[in-house]
Amino acid sequence: MIEFTFWDILRNLLLAARWTILLSLVSFVGGGLVGLLIMFMRVSRNRVLAGVARLYIEIFQGTPLLMQLFLSFFGLALLGMTVPAWLAAGLALILWSASFLAEIWRGCVEAIAKGQWEASASLGMGRLQQMAYVILPQALRIAVAPTVGFSVQVVKGTALTSIIGFVELTKAGTAVTNATFQPFLVYGLVAIIYFALCWPLSKSSQFLERKLNAAHHH
Amino acid sequence: MPLITIDGVKKRFGDNEVLKGIDFDIERGEVIAIIGKSGSGKSTLLRCINGLETIDEGAISVAGEHVLTSEAALRALRLKIGMIFQQFNLFPHLTAGRNVMLSQMVVRKTKADAAEAMARKMLDRVGLVHKFDAYPDELSGGQQQRVAIARALAMEPIGLLCDEITSALDPELVSEVLAVVKELAGEGMTLVMVTHEMRFARDVCSRVVFMHQGRVHEIGPPETVFANPATPELKQFLGML
Amino acid sequence: MRYQLNFDWLPQYLPTLIEGIGVTIYLIVVGAVVGCLLGIVCAWTRALGPKPLRPLVGAYVELIRNTPFMIQLFFIFFGLPSLGVQMNQLQAASLAMIVNLGAYSCEIIRAGINATPRGQFEAGASLAMGRFQTFRYIVLVPALQRIWPALSSQIVIVMLGSAVVSQIAAEDLSYAANFIQSRNFRAFETYIVSTLIYLALSVLLRQVLSGVGWALFPKRKAAQ
Repeated sequence: MIEFTFWDILRNLLLAARWTILLSLVSFVGGGLVGLLIMFMRVSRNRVLAGVARLYIEIFQGTPLLMQLFLSFFGLALLGMTVPAWLAAGLALILWSASFLAEIWRGCVEAIAKGQWEASASLGMGRLQQMAYVILPQALRIAVAPTVGFSVQVVKGTALTSIIGFVELTKAGTAVTNATFQPFLVYGLVAIIYFALCWPLSKSSQFLERKLNAAHHH
Repeated sequence: MPLITIDGVKKRFGDNEVLKGIDFDIERGEVIAIIGKSGSGKSTLLRCINGLETIDEGAISVAGEHVLTSEAALRALRLKIGMIFQQFNLFPHLTAGRNVMLSQMVVRKTKADAAEAMARKMLDRVGLVHKFDAYPDELSGGQQQRVAIARALAMEPIGLLCDEITSALDPELVSEVLAVVKELAGEGMTLVMVTHEMRFARDVCSRVVFMHQGRVHEIGPPETVFANPATPELKQFLGML
Repeated sequence: MRYQLNFDWLPQYLPTLIEGIGVTIYLIVVGAVVGCLLGIVCAWTRALGPKPLRPLVGAYVELIRNTPFMIQLFFIFFGLPSLGVQMNQLQAASLAMIVNLGAYSCEIIRAGINATPRGQFEAGASLAMGRFQTFRYIVLVPALQRIWPALSSQIVIVMLGSAVVSQIAAEDLSYAANFIQSRNFRAFETYIVSTLIYLALSVLLRQVLSGVGWALFPKRKAAQ
């Protein structure tokens, strides 16, 4: 058996943390794009589109991310693909993130006063123009802080992908634990690395929110 | 032909019928004041004319065209008739100048420099060209409302609907807004105003509409309506003030 | 070849699923009740409690909120025994849920406490109540009422997160699903069924929580 020094353990964990970061970025960006689409459907005046978006959000927010990962993994396999873990993980995390981001952003859009819709309508703007020039620029301002805050959930969510075999920080932690029999140390280090990734995001979200509350309203 | 015809208009919110059959016409160049207690349906009527509320029965037409509910028809209507709101509803993320430029550019596809020239002209008209680069929260309520008027004027409407435009203002700021409206009236702009400013209604308006419980209770030139109210409801309304 | 979905295995494994559901419900009840109590204590400490304790509670909250639940679970189940703390799977899972919800509910409840108008504290003081009495009898219930929707959402999130306890072999619903799919070789169908059960549980849980809200906060309006 190979002897692991403390630095060996840390190096292995940090190398694996790169995959946690990459998967987080992909999930967040992908989830943002899908989430934007779902959000537009959700606030649309078309009942069918809004209903589909509601159902989507209800399902993805009402079931465990772990089950979504399993369904993505085994579901893709049913389509006859050999499914690499990263694909199933990315797909599930994107769809899951999208449901939360859509709902966060919908809240921001609906927080814009009704008078803004009426004033822009009275100037002859169409629904898309109202969205693009009047509502979204204002909603964006209030959306930044909760969006950054949600990115913390995405980073933490990636830990579950170890269960379907994606090798990231948690999976590496398990592997190193099995090799070293030092769970207290290894999982402690894993926790510290996650903390180092998440805490700055949490703090900046809080900072942005305070700044927003203190700022001028433009 | 009248600019705006209102024909048998009824409007319900749930079980509550707020407009119970409204008929009257507004000629080009008229300045109409709609007065009445709160809940009499006067603001709802104004919002129906601009298509912000749908009507349940009857018809409204503006410049010979019916107010329909399709988005395209509403947009065409709103290019002809502007609206000023009680709460100003300036876009808080844009400067005063940008507020006036925005709809010209996105709805009319006016080029930026032409839109800016128009915005300066309109802000000048309301006496605020020096506030071109100020954001709404840097302006007083009266100034914000004057920017809102400039914003509506920049679309070159043939008429303006004013929904209690001085009600949210501190008393000392009311006159600067009314002065702008008075000037517009003098230039021949068609104006339909829901207002509590009785003195202004008497001095500036060509006709006064008194609404009561969802109906037009009295209508006529201000001299008649204010000097010789025909119904006890209007007498009571005027006496209350 | 077209894959045919097959649910013939369901009756045979229904008891397994039901046992799993029982454990999941047990976990969420214990986690929610004890976790929220812990949250109240921590929120009081952070907002009004002894000054030296405040940063300590703050550190606990930050640490939990910025690390994955699964790592907390692994740390408790695999890591703590090396300090001589032995627990079975269910105890470790319960503890992890309590610790996790304790941190989240602390922040939520603290926001509710901080939104209490100054006058409420002053009124309590003017009636000769002590600081703790003012908190217990005047501040706490309206504070909880203010944040009840947010707290309810968080409890549902923690319930859904509990699926991970199967990874330390605590025999909850997701453990049952893993067990069944390893026997019936119908992984997709098995996870569809368990996912739908989770969906039903979260809908049900939300109903229960809004019912609890009704019972705890009858019709009064919290001072804003």
